[in-house]
Amino acid sequence: MSPRREVAQVAPGDALPPVHHEIQRPDLVKYAGASGDFNPIHWNEKFAKEVGLPDVIAHGMFTMAEAIRVVTDWAGDPGAVVEYGVRFTKPVVVPNDDEGATIEVSGKVAVKLDDNTVRVDLVAMSAGQKVLGMSRAVVRLA
Amino acid sequence: MPLNRALLGKEYPPVRYEVGREKLREFAESVGETDPIYHDEEAARAAGHPDIPAVPTFPIVLTRRVGQKVYDDPELGLDYSRVVHGEQEFSYHRPIFAGDRLLAAGRVVAVEVKGRHELLAVETRVITETGEPVCSAVVTLIARGTAQPPAGDGTSGAPA
Repeated sequence: MSPRREVAQVAPGDALPPVHHEIQRPDLVKYAGASGDFNPIHWNEKFAKEVGLPDVIAHGMFTMAEAIRVVTDWAGDPGAVVEYGVRFTKPVVVPNDDEGATIEVSGKVAVKLDDNTVRVDLVAMSAGQKVLGMSRAVVRLA
Repeated sequence: MPLNRALLGKEYPPVRYEVGREKLREFAESVGETDPIYHDEEAARAAGHPDIPAVPTFPIVLTRRVGQKVYDDPELGLDYSRVVHGEQEFSYHRPIFAGDRLLAAGRVVAVEVKGRHELLAVETRVITETGEPVCSAVVTLIARGTAQPPAGDGTSGAPA
């Protein structure tokens, strides 16, 4: 995490350092345990296919957690996030192999708001598809 | 079977949640967050926090429990096997910290038809036991194919 970022240092259009996450099946099991979300579409391949999915998919909330790290790392403070919202547009498919899936997240300062806050717009991609839409955070900087 | 619109605005009794350091550490690790601020109370205090902060999506642990009370309400008529997570929003007064004793209460804030599908939104407000606001969340679920077909089209009303 960087030192606390100051609002005077940022401008609309600034790009946040992107992050790249690799996810494999065991990560989904760990996240299911930690979050309490045991929906079988996130670990049971037979069930996932029966309900029409191509394979096991990551929890949308897992992707949402990965995406906000772009913002907290940049802001230098987990307490800086004032609002955070996403729409889940496409699932992140996690095949049962050594490669799994990757999520690439990038962000840009969209606008400066009142009270030292800025809005950041995020883009999260996996397998060439946008997995989060309308993905935005409002952060209070130093 | 369509959702029961009469539940719009229904409030549910609060769920209690005690925030422990080990759970926050486990959750942070599960999303790959290894920064010491989320694991080490000394690092958290050096950064000005009273104890280890939760990562920003941690409130989902509480909101999932609150949501379950709504989804399981027999009066709602929700078929969970048809549900996908559509949207998620959080707004924060402050982070959740280890040691917090929280109350989380849910309210149905939207029940809508979107073509063949339906949308259900549940808001959760999280406060401490002493009434301090902490955060709130809105989960929007899409129930696929559960909308009541238009009257007079000859179908039986069963989902496609």
